Amino acid sequence: MHGFVQNIGRTALNFLAAFGRIALFSVTAVRWIFTPPYYWQQLFRQIIDIGYFSLPVVGLTTLFSGMVLALQSYTGFARFSAEDTVATVVVLSVTRELGPVLAGLMVAGRIGASMAAEIGTMRVTDQIDALDTLSTRPMQYLVAPRLLAGTICLPFLVLVGDVIGVFGGYLVGVYRLGFNPSIYLARTLEYLEVSDVTLGLVKAAVFGFLIALMGCYHGYHSGRGAQGVGRATTNAVVSASILILIANYIVTTMFFGG
Amino acid sequence: MAVTPKIELSGVTKSFDANHVLKGINLTVAPQESLVIIGTSGSGKSVLMKCLNGLITPDQGSIKIDGQEILGQGRAALEDLRRRFGMTFQFGALFDSLPIWENVTFRLRHQQALDKNEARDIATQTITQLGLAASVIEQYPAELSGGMQKRVALARAIVDKPEILLFDEPTSGLDPITGGVIDRLIIDARERLGATTVTISHDMASVRRIADKVAMVHNGVIIWAGPAKEMNESGVPEVHQFVHGLAEGPLTNEKPATSPAKMATS
Ligand SMILES: Nc1ncnc2c1ncn2[C@@H]1O[C@H](COP(=O)(O)OP(=O)(O)O)[C@@H](O)[C@H]1O
Ligand SMILES: [Mg+2]
Repeated sequence: MHGFVQNIGRTALNFLAAFGRIALFSVTAVRWIFTPPYYWQQLFRQIIDIGYFSLPVVGLTTLFSGMVLALQSYTGFARFSAEDTVATVVVLSVTRELGPVLAGLMVAGRIGASMAAEIGTMRVTDQIDALDTLSTRPMQYLVAPRLLAGTICLPFLVLVGDVIGVFGGYLVGVYRLGFNPSIYLARTLEYLEVSDVTLGLVKAAVFGFLIALMGCYHGYHSGRGAQGVGRATTNAVVSASILILIANYIVTTMFFGG
Repeated sequence: MAVTPKIELSGVTKSFDANHVLKGINLTVAPQESLVIIGTSGSGKSVLMKCLNGLITPDQGSIKIDGQEILGQGRAALEDLRRRFGMTFQFGALFDSLPIWENVTFRLRHQQALDKNEARDIATQTITQLGLAASVIEQYPAELSGGMQKRVALARAIVDKPEILLFDEPTSGLDPITGGVIDRLIIDARERLGATTVTISHDMASVRRIADKVAMVHNGVIIWAGPAKEMNESGVPEVHQFVHGLAEGPLTNEKPATSPAKMATS
C-alpha cells in the first residue's frame, strides 16, 4: 500500500518534470525562430518534406474518410428521413474535425517519427555536439526551422485534405446514393461558415507545432545507441498522437458556442 | 612555472547519475604542446575532452584557458570560446545530409558570408593538403571510407586555424599506414598553425609519434602525467601495463567501479 502511493507520487512528479522540460525546450526553440541568423535552407527543406511529401498520405486518408462518412451518415439520417443533411454533415465533420485530426495523426506518424530518428541519430553520432563546436546553435539550426515548418504546413495540408474529403463525400453522394450533383454541392456550401474552416486550420497549426515539438524533443534527448533512437522515435509518435487528441478537445472547447 | 599554461584543469568532476566518471582531474597543457590522453575504454577520456570546450559542463572544478576561467561564464562567452577550438569526434560526426565541401566549410560559411565558390575553393585546398582527391568535395560522408572520413573531419577541424585542437581517437579503426598518415597530418597541422593539441589515443605507436606529454586517466583521476619519453619508466603499474599492452596487471583485475559501460567500442 505504501509502495503503491509512493509510485503514484513518483509518476506524478516525473510527469510534472517532463512537462517542465518540454515547456522550457519549446520556449527556447521558439525564441530562436525569431532571432537571426535564419536558416532558410533548413526551413525550405522541412517545408518540402512536411508539406509536399505528406500530400499523398493526407489526401488518401481524407478521401476515404469523406466517402465512408457519406455512407454512414446516410444510413443514420435515413432512419428519420433526413437524408438531405448528408452533404452538410460531411462538410462540417470534415472541416471541423476529421480533416485536422486525421491529417494530424497521419503526419505525426510520418514526420514525428522521421524527425525523432534524424535528430536522434545526430545526437548519438555526436553531430549535435559537432554543431556546437562549429559555432552553430543546434536548437536554432535543427529545432527552430522544424517547429516553424510544422506550424505553417499543417494548415495547408488540412485545407487540401478538406477539399479532397468533401470531394470523397460528393463522389459517394452522387454516384452511390443518387443525389443530384448541383443540389449536393449547394447543400455543401449552404451551411458552411468561415468559422468552421478557421477552427480546422487553427487546430492544424497547433497539431503541426506539437508534432514537430515531440519529434525534435525526443530526438534531441535520445538515449545512446540504436536502441535509444528507436525509443525516441516511438515516444515521439505516441506522445504527439495523444497530445493531438487532447489539444483537439481543448481547441474545440475554446471555439464552442462562440 | 613561467608561462601561463594554455589549458589548466583543477579538481574537475563529472557524474552521470550514479556513474562518477571524473573524480577530480588536475592537468595542465603548455602553449603549443601536444598532450595525449590514454586510458582504458569507458574511463572517461571523451567526457574529459568534451569538458574542455564546454560540450559537457563539469559538476565541480575549474578549467582555465590562457589563465581565464571558462566555467560559469554564460552562453555568449562559451560561444566565443568555442571559436578558438577545433575538434574531431571519435566516430567522425560528419553531417550526413551535407556534401563534403559544406561539411568542411560549415563554420566559415555560417560565420562569414562566404559564397559557394569561395567555400568550394577553400574546401578543395584543405582536403587536397590532407591527401584527398579534389573530386571528394562533392561526395557525401556515407560514400567515403573510414580513413577518408577521418581526414575530412580533420579538415573541418583545422580549416579556420583554431588555437586549440582536440582529436578524439583520430586513428582508431584505421589500418596502420593510414593511421601513420593521420599522425603526420596532426603533427603538420600543429606545426603550421602553432596550435596546442590534445589527442585521445589507444594506439601506442601513434602516441609515441605525436605526444610531447602523456596523461593516463584511470578511475576518474589522472594517475600519471609526464613527458612522453618517460612513459616507459613511469613506475606506475597501470601505466606500465597499458603502455606495454599486457593482458595481466592491475587494469584487468579490476571490477568495474559502477554500472559497466555497455558500449560496443571504446
Ligand atoms: N552523455 C552521457 N550520458 C551518460 N553517461 C555518459 C555520457 N557520456 C559518457 N557517459 C559514460 O561515461 C563513461 C565514460 O565514457 P567515455 O568518456 O566515452 O569513455 P572513453 O574513455 O572510452 O572515451 C562511460 O561509463 C559512459 O557510459
Ligand atoms: Mg571515447
